[in-house]
Amino acid sequence: MGSRTPLYDAHVEAGAKMVDFHGWDMPLNYGSQIEEHHAVRRSCGMFDVSHMTIVDVAGQQAQAFLRYLLVNDVAKLKTEGKAQYTSMLNEQGGVIDDLIVYHFSDTSYRLVVNSATRERDLGWIEKVAADFDVTINERDDMAMIAVQGPESEAKLNAVLSSEDFATIEGMKPFLGKQVGDLFIATTGYTGEKGYEIIVPAEQVNDLWKQLIAADVAPCGLGARDTLRLEAGMNLYGQDMDETVTPLESNMGWSVAFEPIDRDFIGRQALEQQKQAGHHKLVGLVMEDKGVLRHGLKVIVDGGEGVITSGTFSPSLGFSIAMARVPANVGDTAQVEMRKKQVTVKVVKPAFVRNGQSVL
Amino acid sequence: MSNIPADLKYASTHEWVRDEGDGTFTIGITEHAQDLLGDMVFVELPEVGDKVSVGDDVAVAESVKAASDIYAPISGEVIAINEDLEDAPENVNNDPYGDGWLFRIKAEDSGELGNLLDADAYEASIDED
Repeated sequence: MGSRTPLYDAHVEAGAKMVDFHGWDMPLNYGSQIEEHHAVRRSCGMFDVSHMTIVDVAGQQAQAFLRYLLVNDVAKLKTEGKAQYTSMLNEQGGVIDDLIVYHFSDTSYRLVVNSATRERDLGWIEKVAADFDVTINERDDMAMIAVQGPESEAKLNAVLSSEDFATIEGMKPFLGKQVGDLFIATTGYTGEKGYEIIVPAEQVNDLWKQLIAADVAPCGLGARDTLRLEAGMNLYGQDMDETVTPLESNMGWSVAFEPIDRDFIGRQALEQQKQAGHHKLVGLVMEDKGVLRHGLKVIVDGGEGVITSGTFSPSLGFSIAMARVPANVGDTAQVEMRKKQVTVKVVKPAFVRNGQSVL
Repeated sequence: MSNIPADLKYASTHEWVRDEGDGTFTIGITEHAQDLLGDMVFVELPEVGDKVSVGDDVAVAESVKAASDIYAPISGEVIAINEDLEDAPENVNNDPYGDGWLFRIKAEDSGELGNLLDADAYEASIDED
């Protein structure tokens, strides 16, 4: 038996097919993952993401610590509650994990990191933190629900008191706010408008039930994967890991090389790689029948690459993928699949945003 | 508990076979198989007129999760395919023994049916998995 979130019984009751996800018993789907996918693109769905790891960082040197630990620069965050996508690297520039950091003040931040890498992340954070005047506090007293889709705001309106809702109404993307016991952030992993809500574990079942009563569709890991892939968002352990850098993983935009006097772990390795050149993560589109899958070989003009994530796109009706390939890749590539070679289009790794194709 | 109709025959590779009583046999995949595969996104069927032998890989069921070969449970000629699956592959999930049928074979030797499993034997075989 794996670890269970406080919502485990609610999933089973809702008919979820439970699977092991890096040591956690999590819902794969509650019937049809494609219907769950469409619910998020067309109306509203929710995910139990309580398995994710929440880490509060506080202290006089909190900002200095995070400026050294993370590739993006937390000094850019000026507004209370502002969120930033970032990652932490090893000295070789390999990605230990990607994460979101919330800025409360220059002495108080919150990190939300992956569950799959929990132990290693916490070990690394503690190790680096030893040289700084900071305290690290893992919030395993908290659970988390992601409410995603074009009707998310209306659904929260139905669930929150009018006073609480007023404090988050019209909130811009990538902000978080403490609303009573809830921490509500306009973030997500689907390419739709939506919220990630951090809630005390003992209250999460009530919130889940209220959302069900408001006709929010419970969605599992299956839909979560097709949604994030359509949105062009990486999955740790699949699209990147410790053996590749952010530059090779379509995460270069989140690396702040300026100001040049800010040292961060992995900086030197990234600068060298920038000079020397490197592979890049691209999108693939295949309009023929069939499904591109993780691990398939990709042949391009400049050499060979590999599909890191591939799936059938329920929104588009054909297969899409992310692949790591030589940087001089052209407009098409060949993929070896099921006894044949298929020509696929090479695109930027983003396919669907806010319910619409961006191809 | 998976639905395994008693009036059908089964292959250990999760195909079901229905005797239509006129020397033809309708074939699909079981409820258990569709549940393992998850949401179906493409179904590649044989062509009408194809001659198939027992064990040939004649069709592919591709789900969000995986592509899975479907094997001919009996030998003969393909006389019909379920063209609705082109636009509605989810029929295989929603109604595996009805609208989700795959193809129909005119059997060469209906004696081959004796090599297939009955519902109890199929159930026992999936319990072992």
